[in-house]
Amino acid sequence: MSTSTEHVAGVRPAGRSRRKAMSREKLVGLAAVSPSVILLLLWMAVPLAMTLYFSFQRYLLLSPGSRAFIGFENYSFFLQDPAFLMALWNTLLLVGSVLAITVIGGIGMALLLNQRFWGQGIARILAISPFFVMPTVSALIWKNLMMDPTSGFISWALASIGLQPVVWFTNWPMLSIILIVAWRWLPFATLILLTALQSLDEEQREAAEMDGAGALPYFFYIVLPHLARAITVVILIETIFLLVVFAEIFVTTNGGPGVQTTNIAFLVYSQALLQFDVGGASAGGIVAVILANIVAIFLVRLIGKNLEA
Amino acid sequence: MHNREMMARAAWGTVAWLVALVMFFPIYWMLITSFKTEGAAIATPPTFLPVHPTLENYAAVQARSNYVLFAWNSIVVAFGSTGLGLVVAVPAAWAMAFIPSKRTRGTLLWMLSTKMLPPVGVLVPIYLLFRDWGLLDTRIGLVMVVMLMNLPIVIWMLYTYFKEIPRDILESARMEGAGLWQELLYILLPISLGGIASTVLLTIILAWNESFWSLNLTASDAAPLTAFIASYSSPEGLFWAKLSAASTLAIAPILILGWFSQKQLVRGLTFGAVK
Repeated sequence: MSTSTEHVAGVRPAGRSRRKAMSREKLVGLAAVSPSVILLLLWMAVPLAMTLYFSFQRYLLLSPGSRAFIGFENYSFFLQDPAFLMALWNTLLLVGSVLAITVIGGIGMALLLNQRFWGQGIARILAISPFFVMPTVSALIWKNLMMDPTSGFISWALASIGLQPVVWFTNWPMLSIILIVAWRWLPFATLILLTALQSLDEEQREAAEMDGAGALPYFFYIVLPHLARAITVVILIETIFLLVVFAEIFVTTNGGPGVQTTNIAFLVYSQALLQFDVGGASAGGIVAVILANIVAIFLVRLIGKNLEA
Repeated sequence: MHNREMMARAAWGTVAWLVALVMFFPIYWMLITSFKTEGAAIATPPTFLPVHPTLENYAAVQARSNYVLFAWNSIVVAFGSTGLGLVVAVPAAWAMAFIPSKRTRGTLLWMLSTKMLPPVGVLVPIYLLFRDWGLLDTRIGLVMVVMLMNLPIVIWMLYTYFKEIPRDILESARMEGAGLWQELLYILLPISLGGIASTVLLTIILAWNESFWSLNLTASDAAPLTAFIASYSSPEGLFWAKLSAASTLAIAPILILGWFSQKQLVRGLTFGAVK
């Protein structure tokens, strides 16, 4: 639509005054954008540079005298720490499992909720609600009211159909975290995919029906390709948030038992604010940034493409 | 034939309702538990409606800890960060939408990329700086952090709304001799009021539920509800009904806001990639 960059101002006085007007506009534009740019620079670039700087130092808050430059020692220590490997694995496991649950479940829920049925609007609101629940609340409600081995609702439900109750956080700590986090993000995926589904052409649907296409071919050849872009967006955005899941772990397991539910975000936190090892925590932070960047590159590209369209 | 189709439709509708109820169940359970006595909250078999509904848990939440203070902190952080964010973001989004330059696209994508930086990457220096500047456990500190955290989303959302405004409208105002501020205040803001309202709604929801920084940077004075609820993770005796009451109070306002803002949420959270 409006892709022209040449007539930025739209004001078209002749000759010299026109050029003058243009440059004045540009100055105003620059002045309007720069506060945001400066703030974001201060907020991200400066602390990030500090993290990078700390990561090459021995810097223990409890013995400030021992501060010194130690090269890559923090990194080699961090990368050889079995807790780090466990945290890396847990991070990937959490991201991968929640993505699988939310994308597959989200497609199913979006298809279900996109039908016309009685009370559709209310059902939709109920299904999407978990996304608005703050992480500390969802984690504690699940841990106690739902998953408690003696009085939790799930234990009662399992017992009433003759099954043994599950001691969730002792026997399946990571699975418990995955379920809690997935409960919050499944509605997100549903919401995005539902929005994308609604733009699917009614005509296309009717045409497919006329051609006698069955439900499955219709789904695989028309619906799924139509959703491809939205699915990509869901995967990328969820990955950004799932890489740094923190509150759910903080209030339920505190990373335990042992380090069984420690992800990289939690490891960095415990290194910094529980063990007061600024250097080590910074090295962990940089590792987390690198991980996130790998995802971010894809996402920025995808959205950048969309910006041109 | 026709009949069978009706049957199938009703069956799938029922499945949809079942799924919706399962998803909502933990929230329902929390709400119900908040009206039970502590004894009834852990009783087996549980009751699906409170037999002797009581409000004592809500009173106990305030008595046990100063709930009103935490709620006030949440309100200050949500509205303060949103308001400050708008002041910075509106001019930026306006300039990028209406006076694009060669750098605009790069700037937008760079802003987006700052949102992708994991907060743990900057936790250590921010914590140390806050400690040195006396900003730990202060409302102003948390307001600033949350504002900056949401700033890229706010700019992006406003940008996508501003882009949809026909440029002619602003141009004709300028022809009439409207100055810059007049153009912003009297033309742009009224036209894009809907878009701005959506942006505000989304930002408030995100700020209200923000838990990483609030858990790490606040303790008792400036703790918002997210951090306050976390204090229930080390229980003292029977506490489920009180936890439920505190949780219900904490999520109710945002749940209701969220119901009204589903569409805008999609747009904001996908940076305009899905509308």
